[in-house]
Amino acid sequence: MSTFIAYQTIVRREVNRFMRIWLQTLLPPVITQTLYFVIFGKFIGSQLGQIGGISYMSFIVPGLVMMAVINSSYSNVVSSFFSSKFQRNVEEILVSPTPSWVIMAGYVTGGVVRGVIVGALVFSVSVFFTHPHIFNIFLIGIFILFTATVFSLGGLANGILARNFDDVSIVPTFVLTPLTYLGGVFYSIMSLPVFWQKVSLFNPILYMVNGFRYGFYGVSDVSVIASVFILISFTAILALMNFYLLKNGIGLKN
Amino acid sequence: MHALSVQHLSKIYVNGTQALKDVSFAIEAGDFCALLGANGAGKTTLIGIVTDLLKKTSGEVKVFDHNIDFKFSKAKQLIGVVPQEFNFNIFEKVQDILVTQAGYFGIDHRKARMDSEVILKRLGLWSKKDSASRTLSGGMKRRLMIARALIHHPKLLILDEPTAGVDVELRHGMWDYLKELNQQGMTILLTTHYLEEVEQLCRNVAILKNGELVTYDRVYHLMQRLEKEIYLVTVDRIQDVGSIQKFGPMIKEENTFEVELSKSDVHDFILKVTEIGMTITDFRSQGHRLEKLYLKILKT
Ligand SMILES: Nc1ncnc2c1ncn2[C@@H]1O[C@H](COP(=O)(O)OP(=O)(O)OP(=O)(O)O)[C@@H](O)[C@H]1O
Ligand SMILES: [Mg+2]
Repeated sequence: MSTFIAYQTIVRREVNRFMRIWLQTLLPPVITQTLYFVIFGKFIGSQLGQIGGISYMSFIVPGLVMMAVINSSYSNVVSSFFSSKFQRNVEEILVSPTPSWVIMAGYVTGGVVRGVIVGALVFSVSVFFTHPHIFNIFLIGIFILFTATVFSLGGLANGILARNFDDVSIVPTFVLTPLTYLGGVFYSIMSLPVFWQKVSLFNPILYMVNGFRYGFYGVSDVSVIASVFILISFTAILALMNFYLLKNGIGLKN
Repeated sequence: MHALSVQHLSKIYVNGTQALKDVSFAIEAGDFCALLGANGAGKTTLIGIVTDLLKKTSGEVKVFDHNIDFKFSKAKQLIGVVPQEFNFNIFEKVQDILVTQAGYFGIDHRKARMDSEVILKRLGLWSKKDSASRTLSGGMKRRLMIARALIHHPKLLILDEPTAGVDVELRHGMWDYLKELNQQGMTILLTTHYLEEVEQLCRNVAILKNGELVTYDRVYHLMQRLEKEIYLVTVDRIQDVGSIQKFGPMIKEENTFEVELSKSDVHDFILKVTEIGMTITDFRSQGHRLEKLYLKILKT
């Protein structure tokens, strides 16, 4: 049994899936983020001063890229996995010798690939609005990959546990969107009252956005080391959780 | 060696339904075995447990001596399953479905494409290889599920009502194919509601009733238990039936009566009827023989 072929098969199928329906998977985030660039960056941003020595337009670019990465990777995995559960073709994998960790790795890779492609597209659009600046390309890579991994894993757990289509949209609507908007995409938490600064520190997305922004401009509201640590911890915890769910067939086997 | 061995298998669903009660049986490698039972008897549940789609409550399952709890990878590699309900991605193309399935079993793309061509041709689906599965007819979907189950060359093929909704001609084609696979050494476990199929194909038969195994025997032995058969006899005009009274004729309609005869009585019976002066215009077996026995087993 070549586990690698099984992994490749899942990844290929996942990538083909979102590529085939690129109008629904790749284009929408590009359009939405472009609107943010135009409205917040250009129209409103032109009336705002700089944040930490960076123009408002430039300041929001990393956060908007990250927001697109988060949503894309999460929704890719949750919708792909849930629909295969709903159509029952997930049984094709379940009857095969493919180990749980390979199923997880395959789906997550699919989500990461979509997240990275969407992130790259959004970043390319930002070049039309502001001159890109790169402080540390290595950190940028780490943050985009790990963030996409964390949210792909989250999407997978959601897909495994979901029982209906409502369960699929609850987390993105009630958890991801608010945390992202409050995660320092549009503002520096330094501009918040101290109390809200402290509250914000409980938001993991804040660390991802700031770490990513640090890769571009070398400035961050929070410690980059803490950000890396949080990313790795979330990856590990979610990976273990998914492995446990898949291994025991929770949400999959009656 | 046993291709499949099930010991003390029980299954209670979360809602409390006990679908299997202490079921034990074993299928020899190379066998062609039928799994019968009324709707809800537990056939699909049993298959689900063997193929790792359902969790068992207790018991032990071995596939070619590999315990599914510990050697799941080896066990699964050996099983091909045709589920009762369609479960492929309706947007995926026919050949892609096979190639993807092969991939999950670790078979590389090129080999899978070649093997899938052979199987699709054999099952008459080659012309549909680039069609999305949702555009296939019901019978084609059934065949697609068989093709998918065979792509990794399993040694134990489990089919859950593969011929449901398949037309007569195709059904015979499928039988031929299954016989051929069995002759090549593949062990087959077949669930069906058509007893003709069992008579045609199977060597052994397991019958489940309310989750319990009530019979596990050679089809041939079961047929022997069917000593007497019921016949419907139509004659030109019913006359004094006194001399055939011992056969217990029961008048059904004008000119038609029913008798229960063993094979050795048939000749004698026909002679007697002719002696009385009746002309037999129709003489037929009342329903399927195995079906009768099956119903009897389920009733007791
Ligand atoms: N997911 C489930 N949850 C609860 N009970 C179930 C579930 N699936 C099946 N059952 C019950 O388990 C019993 C056995 O069902 P099963 O599907 O194994 O029957 P079957 O022999 O395959 O029937 P059929 O010939 O109709 O396919 C039935 O009483 C059924 O209602
Ligand atoms: Mg069934």
